[in-house]
Amino acid sequence: MNRARNIAIGILAAVFGLSLLANLFAPAPYAMQFRDFVNAPASHQFWLGTDELGRDRWSRLLYGTRISLLLAPAAALLSTLTAVLIGGVAGYLGGWWDRIVLRVIDIFLSIPWIFLFLIVRALLPLNTSPLASVILTFLMMGLLGWASSARIIRAGAQSLRQSDLVLHARACGVRGGRLLFVHIVPNLKPVVLAQFWISIPTFILGEASLGLIGLGVGEPLPSWGNLLRELANPQAAWSHPWMLAPLIVLVIVMSCFQFLLSQREFAA
Amino acid sequence: MWIGRIARHLAAFVLTTLIAGLIGATLVRFGPGFEADEQQLDPRLDAQSIQALHDSHSQERNLLSFYAHFLGRMASGDLGFSRSLARPVRELLAERAKVTLRLLATGLAGGWMLGLALAAIAVIFRTPLVEMTTAAASSFFLCVPTAVFALLLFFTNGPVRFAIALLIFPKVFRYARNLLADAYTQPHVLTARARGLSEARVFFWHVVPWTAPQLLALAGVSLGVAFGAAIPIEVLCDFPGIGQLAWKAALARDLPLLVSLTIVVAAATQLTNSASDMAIAVCRRERR
Repeated sequence: MNRARNIAIGILAAVFGLSLLANLFAPAPYAMQFRDFVNAPASHQFWLGTDELGRDRWSRLLYGTRISLLLAPAAALLSTLTAVLIGGVAGYLGGWWDRIVLRVIDIFLSIPWIFLFLIVRALLPLNTSPLASVILTFLMMGLLGWASSARIIRAGAQSLRQSDLVLHARACGVRGGRLLFVHIVPNLKPVVLAQFWISIPTFILGEASLGLIGLGVGEPLPSWGNLLRELANPQAAWSHPWMLAPLIVLVIVMSCFQFLLSQREFAA
Repeated sequence: MWIGRIARHLAAFVLTTLIAGLIGATLVRFGPGFEADEQQLDPRLDAQSIQALHDSHSQERNLLSFYAHFLGRMASGDLGFSRSLARPVRELLAERAKVTLRLLATGLAGGWMLGLALAAIAVIFRTPLVEMTTAAASSFFLCVPTAVFALLLFFTNGPVRFAIALLIFPKVFRYARNLLADAYTQPHVLTARARGLSEARVFFWHVVPWTAPQLLALAGVSLGVAFGAAIPIEVLCDFPGIGQLAWKAALARDLPLLVSLTIVVAAATQLTNSASDMAIAVCRRERR
């Protein structure tokens, strides 16, 4: 099992490394159009062919992987921090504050987050720049995807509040922020880390789904979501199998994440 | 006691649904593109027409008054008029709900049956091969966006509705497998097996009832998950359902339609969660 885990980590590290060094490995900028090679097949010059605008798919895949793999953890970090702040404080304070927060969590959970996101993302101005669309896509994912993590963190904080450790701290006169941030939050670390890791694949898939319906990262910036849009024409993918490369990379990365998550679950 | 419990659920249901509607309206109203309308880019329109389009948003600028009017009309069964589709919202919802309900029903039923069947197989026949195969199958389906499966099924003339089942089944499988494995270690199950009861009887009489409350809780959550997956499926595979309607409404910044949709979606999810909560309470009572 350790070997399999190391392989999964190795694959993730390789994909991360390749995407981070996209400037070195990509033969062309992601937006550069080779007008004489529109829809070109895979060749020595274009490893994965070119798209309908003559852009090199291999270069776009490298840059797209960088965007998806860097921003999904960033969104996961934001959503987990929001969840710690809201869920942790609710679990610690209890009483009315806890009830209100639980109700807010229920409200957020009662609307599928992709629906909420659809509303917010589609309401951006028509002239939103591609860079702004990337930042906003992942920022909103982080800000709208905190509810389920908050519920779990709240439960953790609530059980810690009644633990001997906190009872001792209280007996020693520790109160307020010090009790929360020195005694409760550090002990929530395993739960928080688990939520963070679980959120990453969720956000990767979320961005891919939004990209497929044209509401993810704005063109010409590439991401796994908008690269997968080419699959909306499966006949083309059938005759040009290299178009499946983004899907294959996505499945490999997600499989590694799922495997590592199941290992963590098993270890816990 | 039961009346009090139902009343509490009802009050929570109404409050949550209304606040969800308000959140939806707030997001739309304060979205930076609220005043923008793609029609305004039409070069054939003159300045007066563009101004008229701009003014058509005027009634929706004051969020609270819009929402209060909306709720007042909703109480009498009027959900407003969709600006983008030029039809009453109620009519649109009635028409499209059927498509989405069929999609969700097939997907949920298929996903649950497949997930539970595989979980039962994995727990009853505990061989490394069975465990590895079922775990690999469920992991694979968690790694691919559901919309990609839907597209694949759509272009091969396969059952697109089953795409949702492919999303639900791995979640049900993982949860149910762990629950069933845990149930098999319970003293009452060990006793039943020691007394020589058949595997089928042990499973259906002693294991399944033990896991029912937790599975019901997951059932409540799975509707929201399935609806989230239905949106891209309906958009990409041209299913005229609620998900596609939401997408169109969002792109057209159609406030009355979006608020109605938010309320309907929140109400449906809340209703399922409340129903599963009540069923869990009944199960626990029966178990005691």
